[in-house]
Amino acid sequence: MPFEVILNIAASGGLTGLVYGLAALGLSVIFGVSRVVNFAHGEVMVAGMFGAVLLADGLGADPLVAVPIVGLALFGTGWLMHRGLVRELIGAPEHRQFLALVGVAMVVMNGLLMAFGPDARGVRVPYAFDAYEIGPLLLDKVRVIAGGAAILVAAGLFAFFRLTALGTAVRACADNQLGARVVGLPVERLYALTFGLGCAVAGIAGCLMTLIVDVHPQLAPDYTLAGFTIVIIGGLGSATGALAGGVLIGLAEALAGIVLMPSMKSMVSFAVLILVLVVRPHGLFGRPAR
Amino acid sequence: MAGRLEVTEIELFYGDARALDRVSLAVEAGTTVAVVGANGAGKTSLIRTIAGLMVPARGRIRFDGQDITGWSSDRVCALGIGQVAEGRQLFGGLSVRENLEMGALVPRARAHRRASRARVLDLFPRLTERLDQAAGTLSGGEQQMLAIGRCLMSCPRLILLDEPSQGLAPALVGQLYRVIAGLKADGLTLVLVEQTVAASLKIADAAYVLEQGRVVRSGTGAELLADPAVRTAYLGL
Repeated sequence: MPFEVILNIAASGGLTGLVYGLAALGLSVIFGVSRVVNFAHGEVMVAGMFGAVLLADGLGADPLVAVPIVGLALFGTGWLMHRGLVRELIGAPEHRQFLALVGVAMVVMNGLLMAFGPDARGVRVPYAFDAYEIGPLLLDKVRVIAGGAAILVAAGLFAFFRLTALGTAVRACADNQLGARVVGLPVERLYALTFGLGCAVAGIAGCLMTLIVDVHPQLAPDYTLAGFTIVIIGGLGSATGALAGGVLIGLAEALAGIVLMPSMKSMVSFAVLILVLVVRPHGLFGRPAR
Repeated sequence: MAGRLEVTEIELFYGDARALDRVSLAVEAGTTVAVVGANGAGKTSLIRTIAGLMVPARGRIRFDGQDITGWSSDRVCALGIGQVAEGRQLFGGLSVRENLEMGALVPRARAHRRASRARVLDLFPRLTERLDQAAGTLSGGEQQMLAIGRCLMSCPRLILLDEPSQGLAPALVGQLYRVIAGLKADGLTLVLVEQTVAASLKIADAAYVLEQGRVVRSGTGAELLADPAVRTAYLGL
């Protein structure tokens, strides 16, 4: 196979991987701060995809226009979900977290099935078949936009955590919850904010993903699993790791699809996961447990 | 400034185990009260209950006449009760500057942030050199300075100091007590929980001895220092 073809496929996979990475970043942020594993994360992402589809069908809105609307809606949903359910699960035994959030995932996925049916739906944008030619690379415009937007959103999230007092307070909570209470930080509200942000980021990744693939409710469990794979590869609680893990999985899946067989994509993802767990159990960017 | 604290008959349980048994104490505004006792006597439980980190099963806590029983820690802090917690409880991954900023996030302190930071750095010049360093990489003494500085950033009216000398070299303990004496001279109300009994009783206007969650003795610091039972049990004399 010509090297140029492989290079193009790798570049496409990397761009798609950035969107995967953004979704996983939401999962990582929630876990890093409140130690809650959101087993409904893929469902939130797919809800974001359907949000983009609805806005495209109803208003002719581009998925990029849908980003702030869906982001805000899912931030609010995540906030309410935290106040109503998730805060009861913080510090609870893992099996309670797992059962409750898998239950939420079931409800959301079946709700989406009832509302939209099982068939795939997509967003048609006028630039769907445009491409950028850069040297030997021919990059789909939709992937470049999706990947670029994913980087911008991730950068915005990094800036929020690093440059604002509120973001620093969230990091303080993640660093030492008792310390945060000692200095009078409103820990419960910061957890709710973080859960809302994580859901918003997943929803935004969903919007961007509609530029690349069609959506149907059964995608949700696959995205949840992909999110976990990426977060574990990148390192639990590491934001940089989530993005890097996303790119790695995107690359691996794309290359497996062409070098091996398309049906072997998932197998390769899990092979990468196993390899990372053996060589570097705390993930590429994670810190070893003390 | 005020800062009067009144704890009345509070009881605290961990499951079935009683950690505090009808503990009462009064701290007049601008005074320093020491709470001494052996490990497991309930000193930290008392501090954490006052600070809103634990909810008592019974009893009342009043601060400047306001009933704050069962309030969350952020509301207690916002009212002007600061805490230097056992083990310091710093944000080890955050810089010294960020740790100090976190202390000033309570609403009553935001407007005074710059002045408070200048005051803290004046009190602990060593921290100026360390502003961009991660708090977890500081020495024990520097960490304790930061813990006190972070507390002062919240412009407290009352400070709960839980084992501030724990893990410090003797030379640093002397320095620490000079700082505490300075805070007292500034008119702050202090509740000092310590295992370094002699030093804390010397500085205290009043003191309480806790044993198995109960107040078994109280008096002025000087009275308790002279009490033969206290001298035998806690000073090894």
